[in-house]
Amino acid sequence: MAIEVRIPTILRTYTDGEKAVNGEGASLTALIDDLEVNHPGIKDRLIENGDLRRFVNVYINDEDVRFIGGLEAELKDGDQVVVLPAVAGG
Amino acid sequence: MLTIDRATYDAIVAHAKRDHPDEACGIVAGPEGSDRPERFVEMVNAAGSPTFYEFDSTDLFQLYKEMDQNDEEPVVVYHSHTATEAYPSRTDIGLASEPGAHYVLVSTREHGNNDGPVEFRSYRIVDGEVTEEDVTVVDDLEPRNESS
Repeated sequence: MAIEVRIPTILRTYTDGEKAVNGEGASLTALIDDLEVNHPGIKDRLIENGDLRRFVNVYINDEDVRFIGGLEAELKDGDQVVVLPAVAGG
Repeated sequence: MLTIDRATYDAIVAHAKRDHPDEACGIVAGPEGSDRPERFVEMVNAAGSPTFYEFDSTDLFQLYKEMDQNDEEPVVVYHSHTATEAYPSRTDIGLASEPGAHYVLVSTREHGNNDGPVEFRSYRIVDGEVTEEDVTVVDDLEPRNESS
């Protein structure tokens, strides 16, 4: 099962500069654990205290995961996941 | 150094003045690797706040999708401060996630919604390090094929 994950510029240090990597998992949580195996350190940039970081947005097939179950959002073969840091500040 | 054309500069300032006292935000996209701020994109501040700004998550997704399709990147990321100077706040520094972008700060604290000069300053923010840079405003960016 392959899921394409689009990686933002700021996290490409974990993917040898790759803009997109493949991972697998039946849920977002499982996918992130899988990414961590090949790209150690990336999980900590996405998750904090067991939840998605407040200023990291993750989308599954164009939909913000916060509206479709967060870390428990389901994934299937061929889904596309996009990670985008929030553009925000004070 | 940030080189920006007059029309884009004016559009950023006008947006900041219009949204005062809330913070205004947006980007100027340009071809990847060109360092040319060509396409002005005004964004809605989903926080609607005088002390915070955040792009709406759906708008953010659409924007990045569009840039991806056009082989663009965010050359400028701008927002306004409405009561303080045009210098990145601790939050700005902590959340800056485009190491290749020029972070433009506009302060509307002097004249608010009214005419009058604003502070317009530009920074690089990389790994928590802020470096201010000069801003050069030109009538028009040089034609693409003549720029190095």
